[in-house]
Amino acid sequence: MCLGIPGRVIAITDPERLMGLVDVSGVRREVNLTCVVTGRPDEVVGCWVLVHVGFAMGIIDAEEARLTLAALAQLGEAEEEIAAMRHSARMLETAS
Amino acid sequence: MKYVDEFRDPILARHLIAHIEKLVPLAGGTEEKPVAIMEICGGHTHAIFRYGLDRLLPAGLEFLHGPGCPVCVLPMSRVDDCIEIAERQGVIFTTFGDAMRVPGTRKSLMQAKADGADIRMVYSPLDALALARKFPDRQVVFFGLGFETTMPATALTVLTAARDGVSNFFLFCNHILVPPPLRALLQDPQMRIDGFIGPGHVSMITGAKPYRFIAGEFGKPLVIAGFEPLDLLQSISMVLEQLAEGRAEIENQYARLVPEDGNPQAMAAIDTVFEPRDSFDWRGLGEIDHSGVKIRPAYAAYDAEQKFGVGYGAGKAAGREPEGCRCGDVIKGLAKPTACPKFGTECLPEQPLGALMVSSEGACAAYYQYGGARREAAE
Repeated sequence: MCLGIPGRVIAITDPERLMGLVDVSGVRREVNLTCVVTGRPDEVVGCWVLVHVGFAMGIIDAEEARLTLAALAQLGEAEEEIAAMRHSARMLETAS
Repeated sequence: MKYVDEFRDPILARHLIAHIEKLVPLAGGTEEKPVAIMEICGGHTHAIFRYGLDRLLPAGLEFLHGPGCPVCVLPMSRVDDCIEIAERQGVIFTTFGDAMRVPGTRKSLMQAKADGADIRMVYSPLDALALARKFPDRQVVFFGLGFETTMPATALTVLTAARDGVSNFFLFCNHILVPPPLRALLQDPQMRIDGFIGPGHVSMITGAKPYRFIAGEFGKPLVIAGFEPLDLLQSISMVLEQLAEGRAEIENQYARLVPEDGNPQAMAAIDTVFEPRDSFDWRGLGEIDHSGVKIRPAYAAYDAEQKFGVGYGAGKAAGREPEGCRCGDVIKGLAKPTACPKFGTECLPEQPLGALMVSSEGACAAYYQYGGARREAAE
């Protein structure tokens, strides 16, 4: 559970809180970018990041992203992470 | 060698395996007395079994499966604390899915949920914070567990709650640190570890510095590794090279991701919100000095231990493990999962008795899933 999954930063959604929209294998969610932003937040738009429990933990290059995704897929971890993201989003939407 | 064909680069894999075969005797490994390398991270344990590295590599090399699966080292008493909080009136208890099936003394979180407690699985602590915003009249508790990789996430969530004045969000902090149990294992006279494969994504946060004592004080090599099978093979050969040459250094095979000094923003968040505990209880390993963190007084308003008076906030509860369960010996590498009388009988992945059967990163579940059990039975 200490693994990160690669995703690509699509847009900054809240520059004050350093939140951005990240695409992880087709699933989009808001991710906290505090640990990868060193200058202006929009500088990370388009970058590949390693996402762990909703936080970007490091910037990686496209090749590393591809390798990591392939390795995670073989371990069954990619599927598990994406399922957890989907489940959580649904839970928040329908929570009562 | 059927597994090798699945590797991204089978030719490189075969080359690395041949190199390792050559190095094992030079590092002093024999079939009777193998070189013992401990992989610390549960993700590495999973990858080693998934790719059958334990089978591909020579008998003079033995893997010890270390304490790096946070769910697996979680004592039953902590699960009991979670349930005690979750069963309070007005509480929404949130957790990563991994923790749902960990057995407590009475029941697991999953059973507590079935019994009516409001327990919800979340992907991120941010989703727990979102629930707190959505339900201002409820007390939303997030079960914070995990190593240094996960700590920045919960720390930043507490900082966000503080900044936005969300006063009904609480963190039940059970975070643990990677280096202290390694020191405890190295000091254990029963243990025989020749070298370590260091965790990848944990080290991305902390850098390589926290491991220096392993080489400096104990004279053992450690190589920080990625979790692609080729990364692991390369890291294993780097450990063996050090042993063959009589070196003990902290090396970084995963430098493309792990900066020498880690991630400064993440470390700053951890340091702002958390401080070390005097000691913390590990399943199978017992109390280990300075191995866990708690919330600093400045953020006490978000501390579930203080809010609900449980866990270390209420004084130490002695850990108790199920009878006959040998998770402790397996975590220390003193016994293989198959040596446990409960393995595969009373303890199964769908109904775990011991924590090592709960997560795919636990040695017992990995053994069970990838046929380690059948192989040993056949031998």
